[in-house]
Amino acid sequence: MNVQTSLGSPTASAIAFFFVIVALTLAITWWAAKKTRSTREFYAAGRSVSAFQNGLALAGDYMSAASFLGIAGLVSLKGYDGMIYATGWLVGWPALMFLIAEPLRNLGKYTFADVVAFRLRQTPVRIASAVGGILTVLLYTIAQMVGAGNLIKLMFGIPYEGAVVIVGAVMLAYVLFGGMIATTWVQIVKAVLLLIGVSIMTLMVLARFGWSPGELYGAVASQLGQSALEPGGLVTSPIDAISLGLALMLGLLGLPHILMRFYTVPDAKTARKSVLYATGFIGCFYIIIPIVGFGASVLVGREVISAVDAGGNMAAPLLAELLGGTFFLGFIAAVAFATILAVVAGLTLAGASALSHDIYVSVVKHGHASEAEQVRVARISTVVFGILAVLLGMLFKGQNVAFMVGLAFAVACSANFPALLLSIVWKRFTTAGAVASILTGAFLSIFLIVISPTVWVEVLGNETALFPLRNPAIVSMTASFLVATVVSLLGREPEAEAKFEGEKLRTYLGIGAE
Amino acid sequence: MKTTHEMLESEQFRRIVRRKWTVSVILTLCLFALYYGYILLIALDKEFLARKIGEATTLGIPLGVAVIVLSWVLTAVYVVWANNSYDAEVEKLREQVEK
Repeated sequence: MNVQTSLGSPTASAIAFFFVIVALTLAITWWAAKKTRSTREFYAAGRSVSAFQNGLALAGDYMSAASFLGIAGLVSLKGYDGMIYATGWLVGWPALMFLIAEPLRNLGKYTFADVVAFRLRQTPVRIASAVGGILTVLLYTIAQMVGAGNLIKLMFGIPYEGAVVIVGAVMLAYVLFGGMIATTWVQIVKAVLLLIGVSIMTLMVLARFGWSPGELYGAVASQLGQSALEPGGLVTSPIDAISLGLALMLGLLGLPHILMRFYTVPDAKTARKSVLYATGFIGCFYIIIPIVGFGASVLVGREVISAVDAGGNMAAPLLAELLGGTFFLGFIAAVAFATILAVVAGLTLAGASALSHDIYVSVVKHGHASEAEQVRVARISTVVFGILAVLLGMLFKGQNVAFMVGLAFAVACSANFPALLLSIVWKRFTTAGAVASILTGAFLSIFLIVISPTVWVEVLGNETALFPLRNPAIVSMTASFLVATVVSLLGREPEAEAKFEGEKLRTYLGIGAE
Repeated sequence: MKTTHEMLESEQFRRIVRRKWTVSVILTLCLFALYYGYILLIALDKEFLARKIGEATTLGIPLGVAVIVLSWVLTAVYVVWANNSYDAEVEKLREQVEK
């Protein structure tokens, strides 16, 4: 197959857009660095972010390169099944709002572990929450780094290792010097660029079909057959589909880098509004992405898309080149790069805060550390986590890591979410219950994924899987809730029950919230 | 003025906590019905979604979009309720608690 594309050879416009974006974000970092002196600024941007800004930043944290390039590719190659997948990514946001948004904002300081440890014994709960939190963030980071290395290699022709190091270095600059203020603004810039880029592509596709989606679907049906517009093989077993749906929906409620954003706004009211903005932006994004995917399958063609990348990841860039030439391709490539940088920066800040705030300050120093020391430790943790991210990115080179995002969501909804919810609503919840629930959720979900068809058969090459579901959430999350309940009922913790009164006043009225 | 304990025992406080969770649980159930209803429909009745509503457009396409739009609408319902009705009552109670 002879494919005419300038993908993979760095064009002038791609390089120019790339430098403009990096220069802009570094300028933001330089400006933010002057304002970042205390831990409140480093972890929580001084709690001064507005609802609209935080809505964009939440959307920025959530709309990864995987969802932009991945879903466009999935729709272009698999048709309607890609659209089913897209809807699953949105439905966690309303659940986040209904179940934990206000308590999370009112009870916490910098991390979700603040909420779980609010009235329980600090040391064991902090360590367990950090295990669940860091595990989630690491799995998510590996998926992002490997994706980043491959994408940049495909788009700019830079070798994989070089791409991973560039992502690591630029992202470290943001987080290290500018903390949460810089990270938030990088997310905002990236979210706006991504939304503009995808909207322009959608309009250009629709312009080719007389501004009528119906005509686009007509072209899809005549070129690829009516089956491209019908549900195919993605959802066959209802239990499998529901288990994946649970992981996607409730996993969001346990993603540390998303939860951390709630502490950047002044109060619960602003937090709620920011979730509404975020849901609106992300919803629009997932509604128009399938149009880009269908457009690519008709205009570029499935053979060309899968010839460039078997997974379909280059469908959107190829479509951009066809519609707007190398200039537009350069813009879209740079936007994809900014997307990767921003998501990895958000993850690194979340990982670093778990290491420094939850482990070093709360466990090692028992909460007694000066401001200067806390900020210094936060920066050291950032470097440690950043280097770890780059090394893991290289270690997992060439691996198919698509399952890792699913795994990150499974761990988040099995390990972090049950403990978080129960600590808010259940008076009898104990330290032992929390620790047992987090560890059960974390290790059971990983164990079940290893023996599932995704890893046991497709990665390790065994004949049949020991566990039938591709995503273990329905089993591992239920187990985590059960263990939490049983262990808590086995022993009472009078101190925790006594503190529940003060906690309730803070949860529902916001009295004493930071 | 009320002490923490008196506030927690008061009828008004119990009422807003109860109401908050009633609203949250009802909306969560709507969300579950919406999303898992869609997923189960795909799993159990593919022909229904494959039905044509235009020249080529299938019923599944507007339904997928509707899941996203209605999720947003549910979120908006909660925010409007919480930022108006709930917050007003919270504000009243906050003033009654001894600092």
